[in-house]
Amino acid sequence: MTISIDPQKTNNESLQPKGWLRYFSFSLDHKVIGIQYLVCGFLFYLIGGTLASAIRIELASPMSDFMPRDVYNQVLTLHGTIMIFLWIVPVVNGAFGNYLIPFYVGARDMAFPRLNAVAFWLIPPSGFMLVASYFVEGAAQAGWTAYPPLSITTPQSGQIIWILSVLLLGGSSIFGGINFIATIIKLRRPGLKLMQLPMYCWAMLGTSILVVLSTPVLAGTLILLSFDIIANTGFFNPVLGGNVVVYQHLFWFYSHPAVYIMVLPAFGLVSEILPVHARKPLFGYTTMVFSIMGIVVLGLVVWAHHMFTSGTPPWMRLFFTIATAFIAVPTGIKFFNWVATLWGGKISINSAMLFSCGFIINFVFGGITGVALAQVPFDIHVHDTYFVVAHFHYIVYGGTVFIIFSSIYHWFPKVTGKMLNEKLGILHFTITFIGFNLCFAPQHWLGLNGMPRRVAEYDPQFQFVNQISSLGALLMAISTIPFLINVFLSLRNGKNAGDNPWNALTSEWLTSSPPPVENWKGEAPLVEEPYGYGKEISEQK
Amino acid sequence: MLNKSIYLILIISLVFAISFWIGFNVNLLPAEASINAPIYDELFKILFIIGLIIFIGMTIAVIYSLFKFRKRNDQIGDGIALEGNLSLEIVWTIIPSIIVLLIGLYSYNIYDRMGGMKELNHNHEMMSSNTEKIWAGISQTSDNEIAINNLSIEVSAMQFAFLFNYPKGNFISGELHVPVDQKVSMKMESKDVIHAFWVPEFRIKQDIIPGQPTILNFTPTKVGKYPIICAELCGPYHGGMRASIIVEEESDYNEWFNKNKKPEVNL
Repeated sequence: MTISIDPQKTNNESLQPKGWLRYFSFSLDHKVIGIQYLVCGFLFYLIGGTLASAIRIELASPMSDFMPRDVYNQVLTLHGTIMIFLWIVPVVNGAFGNYLIPFYVGARDMAFPRLNAVAFWLIPPSGFMLVASYFVEGAAQAGWTAYPPLSITTPQSGQIIWILSVLLLGGSSIFGGINFIATIIKLRRPGLKLMQLPMYCWAMLGTSILVVLSTPVLAGTLILLSFDIIANTGFFNPVLGGNVVVYQHLFWFYSHPAVYIMVLPAFGLVSEILPVHARKPLFGYTTMVFSIMGIVVLGLVVWAHHMFTSGTPPWMRLFFTIATAFIAVPTGIKFFNWVATLWGGKISINSAMLFSCGFIINFVFGGITGVALAQVPFDIHVHDTYFVVAHFHYIVYGGTVFIIFSSIYHWFPKVTGKMLNEKLGILHFTITFIGFNLCFAPQHWLGLNGMPRRVAEYDPQFQFVNQISSLGALLMAISTIPFLINVFLSLRNGKNAGDNPWNALTSEWLTSSPPPVENWKGEAPLVEEPYGYGKEISEQK
Repeated sequence: MLNKSIYLILIISLVFAISFWIGFNVNLLPAEASINAPIYDELFKILFIIGLIIFIGMTIAVIYSLFKFRKRNDQIGDGIALEGNLSLEIVWTIIPSIIVLLIGLYSYNIYDRMGGMKELNHNHEMMSSNTEKIWAGISQTSDNEIAINNLSIEVSAMQFAFLFNYPKGNFISGELHVPVDQKVSMKMESKDVIHAFWVPEFRIKQDIIPGQPTILNFTPTKVGKYPIICAELCGPYHGGMRASIIVEEESDYNEWFNKNKKPEVNL
């Protein structure tokens, strides 16, 4: 039996609640689901950020004096898990993907609207469960990596809830990935060719391939780990003949691609934002597409660089060094192309642009330390130190989170019909950029000089640098205040945005703001040149 | 046009000069106290300089573009309709590929000099059979020097301490004493969860894994007391899991060794 879903029918206005209530409903509208993802993710970002502040308060002094040691480990575990699985992955994939992909392919909704709603509604309960596990027997305290045997020997209920929660979130991610692939491949408007798609579609196609290939491996691994905990099996338990290093291989087979699941969509989003505000075509469309696919392929064969100091034989260490370092090549192409996109443009210096440029600078820095970390002899000294903490925060915060904010400034007018206040936006950017670099740049030095990660206490000689870092964290916490004020003020009395405040060419701007349920009143427009800026001028000449 | 390329060359050479100056004059690393340390620092310096050139170059390019190509108030319309430049894109594919490849080869050389590619032998004729599989580590030697000098040490890690067993002296110590300028070979195993043995001044680290022995060989070069730090999350007191390594002159070491030595027990 086949069920044909006509989005116009399923979104029948009499069936769906209207107004703000629809954001609490099992809505099938991709735009509503996108906003649900974004707001839900942002609430978890605030929780994860509060936990980060607690970590930085603890580390402002060398003694373990702010919270008990086991609570500290719970806090760092929850911070990592929440930021990855409940903020960055759902927002950069689910929120922007659901909102934008149907527009970009010229469809009225995603390929599987019900699966889409299910994927979102898995997130709030699993997130709630994860946070609530603190009140049971203590939350999981083996880090977000949950390495056995530590994860087997710490209090069990927290760890089991953690596993269950990550399994549900992984399921949500797989549903989303299948949906994106189907939508991009099958729902394209007639006449729209693959190589005419906006770059974010390519990024989401690559990301979704990674999600579908690697997330099931994490799911299987965590199920085996839960057997070890509940049923006393010995897959990873050395006492029963299990192998702890096998867990690390399986875990990182997902969790390294997870880095690309977090940054590739950001690469796509910045490729949409820069051409609009620089008034120039995206530089080197074809090489951008190939470099995304290159990152996807290489991203699957580099996982063991997280294990250079574990039980890996020398030949394996070398293979993964070379493979990892080569990811710098397609990534580098993208960054050179973005700078070339800016070059010769007519750049509007607004909040979206500033956050995007902040992203380029931060990510280049994180990428350089990444190439260094790929080198086995280099990594052996700094592995599991604050150098690594600094590196990946440059990638996921300085990179992806900057792009999330940039995207919010860019698409807020489309979603709400109101402009965000630029002065508050620039203030938000300035505090975030300074705070972020103040917080994480000094941590490179800490790692090189002997401060391991995930510690509640440290050598007193590191106190001063840690206090600078904590000051930066304080600024980052403060920076959300102008942002929140901006969002609420602009929602109430923001300037009306009109349909296309940026004069952009992609198809989400060729409809009203906010868009109608069926996306366009008439037929979906055919955008053959999503980046055709400057064309009219040359034609007039 | 000529003017422009002169400026470009000037800026590029300035970026190089600044990067080299910082690379050679800013020391971000702790003291060097093992044979590995100067080798590591050499690699670090090279990567630091290359990284600085790329980072400063990209930052200047972004900030310059924002300034130079910003939209003035009276301007309307778009920038130039430049969709790409194949030869330029080929250049910035090939040059990074070559840099990455050279860095890879160079770090292979460094790793080899550190002893990373040597066979993982461990000279413990008394404690372990030759067929035992060693999983990982850094080995610096395949000769018998270690066995002669009594410097085979068995490390066991547990929540939250390191224990150092000197099989030749038949005693266990909580502090690691080693003589300066002699190769030390350690076989490490964990009693519970994963730990790691890290001495920042030696630039070496190796996980200590339950159920799988790992090897770590090193040669200290500077007399002094250095921290041994556990670098793998191992439980609530992970931050406090530390020990000391004391590098001393051979005579001091022998005195310490003979004081602690216990007679062998024949079973």
